[in-house]
Amino acid sequence: MSLSKEKADAYWQANIKLMLKLLAIWFITAYGCSILFVDLLNTIQIGGYKLGFWFAQQGSMYVFVILTFYYAKKIGQLDREYGVSEDE
Amino acid sequence: MELQTLTFLIVGLTFAVYIGIAIWARASTTSEFYVAGGGIHPVANGMATAADWMSAASFISMAGLIAFYGYGGSVFLLGWTGGYVLLAMLLAPYLRKFGKFTVPEFIGDRYYSKAARIVAVICLIVASVTYVIGQMKGIGVAFSRFLEVDYNTGLMTGMLIVFIYAVMGGMKGITYTQIAQYCILIFAYTVPAIFISLDLTGNPIPQLGLGSTLVGSETYLLDRLDQVVTELGFAEYTTQARLSTLNMFVYTLSLMIGTAGLPHVIIRFFTVPTVRDARTSAGWALVFITILYTTAPAVAAMARLNLADTIQPAAGENLAYDDRPSWFKNWEKTGLLKFEDKNGDGLIQYTADKTTNEMVKVDRDIMVLANPEIAKLPNWVIALVAAGGLAAALSTAAGLLLAIASSISHDLLKGVLKPDITEKGELLAGRISMAGAIAVAGYLGFNPPDFAAGTVALAFGLAASSIFPALMMGIFNKRMNKEGAIAGMIAGISITLLYVFQHKGIMFVASTSFLGDMQPNWFFGIEPNAFGAIGALINFIVATIVSKMTAEPPQEIQALVDNIRVPGESGSARHLTPDHPPA
Repeated sequence: MSLSKEKADAYWQANIKLMLKLLAIWFITAYGCSILFVDLLNTIQIGGYKLGFWFAQQGSMYVFVILTFYYAKKIGQLDREYGVSEDE
Repeated sequence: MELQTLTFLIVGLTFAVYIGIAIWARASTTSEFYVAGGGIHPVANGMATAADWMSAASFISMAGLIAFYGYGGSVFLLGWTGGYVLLAMLLAPYLRKFGKFTVPEFIGDRYYSKAARIVAVICLIVASVTYVIGQMKGIGVAFSRFLEVDYNTGLMTGMLIVFIYAVMGGMKGITYTQIAQYCILIFAYTVPAIFISLDLTGNPIPQLGLGSTLVGSETYLLDRLDQVVTELGFAEYTTQARLSTLNMFVYTLSLMIGTAGLPHVIIRFFTVPTVRDARTSAGWALVFITILYTTAPAVAAMARLNLADTIQPAAGENLAYDDRPSWFKNWEKTGLLKFEDKNGDGLIQYTADKTTNEMVKVDRDIMVLANPEIAKLPNWVIALVAAGGLAAALSTAAGLLLAIASSISHDLLKGVLKPDITEKGELLAGRISMAGAIAVAGYLGFNPPDFAAGTVALAFGLAASSIFPALMMGIFNKRMNKEGAIAGMIAGISITLLYVFQHKGIMFVASTSFLGDMQPNWFFGIEPNAFGAIGALINFIVATIVSKMTAEPPQEIQALVDNIRVPGESGSARHLTPDHPPA
């Protein structure tokens, strides 16, 4: 491992920060919009869907896909920034 | 052509394709055979992972459960997709960097302890066997319908076919076979959904059809469904929660962390070429899973509507039993659909009231298979659904059986009990444990603890309460030591098993349940299927307390954790050899 102790720690902290941010979005869509605040959102109607119902049975899943790819992209940038990318 | 003949033909053809690919891939890539996923694009690997992942629970059972649970069925949709976010961020890249072949192997090495490895093997077997029971239920339903026999005979036929399929071995390891299985599975799932969506709403995309108006009317499909079911006395489709908000929360969490703790899924990320590929493979797998999972709610709602409309074409106008359609008769033969003319008027009354309801049994697991028939789709579509359901059930059952076999032969026998076992002996032990698992799961499948998806949910709870916390703490908590991890796993799985067994019966045999599977007895109204999240919480707490009271892990283990946190130089562990096949 060519990485110094400080640099490795900084990389890990940056990674944790990114993860927590994305997991917050994950939690808000899956548990907030789809379960805890579903009744509130259901008062909004979009087409034939009640919004809360849409989040629970459609929307959350699209958000999950986006989150996963966004994380892969961002952590890839971090890898290059810290010189730990597998390409090098 | 006769439906049954057509079904045999299409199922036979798809099997020929799988076997054909297996033979072709074996012949052309012998040297790469065991480097599963090596040199395979993350998109292809994601597709294979999706086939591995989506089982009878997803294909046959889930939409049927949503059809009856309505909004409450969202726990399956959220839980079984949201877990991939956890997997992609919290586990897959680091486990890939670590580079081992099985989950217990990681736990044994990270916690520098054979005992930890053995505990992990036991947890893994308990969760996987429960999972296989769920598959057996789904396979039993599918075979009973298409052979037109009762459920038990269907199950027995299914056991035999799974046995032959799994023992053929290598087939499962070939990514190309799974890609073919994914294609057949997704085609079989979406084609009838497109037909039905077009028929009901004029919109060919089921995800949009579900939010559209009905053909020739200004009423939205979901509004009409809400109206129809409430008229029959059922809860409103789009708002009925699964028992309580707390229960739904815990249920979803349990399925999510269970997803990230199931060995046959995790293993796929051990064998991708790089850490980066582990991250994107999880994303692609999720894309391919989401295609089916966003279609399922449309299938569910439309099936429920079609079912209600068939039995009651207009308000107060019920279908005469003698005029019942052929799908109704066919499912009656399996014993999974039962009618009892309680008021003797010769008409079918289907209501929420138990005393007047005459559809005394509608097994949820028949809905997806019956759906194309209820919608009067052509026979080839119905046959296709059968082939898709079998592809889903077989690919997952085979994957799980391999995970069970490898944990017994590789982790338990070779790793701990009998390190000098020959390669032949290891293989034989694997085959015997596979046969044993099929027999146990099949036997318990005669009286399954729940519908297929519910049984699978139990398995997820068991994985969630044991494997996931041990893996996660192994990566994120450098201070976690063997004492903590072992105590945590034992506490988590014991409390979950105890809760499940006291309500569902010991080993799921209902008569041995000592508290009864009744809501008033549930802890804060949490159903046993959802209890894994509580088990996981207990696991985390116990592990943290115990580790604080005992010595910190040795320096080289802490250095190892530092190492897996950073990508790069991950080529070192990639020397897979034939006696260490990626399960």
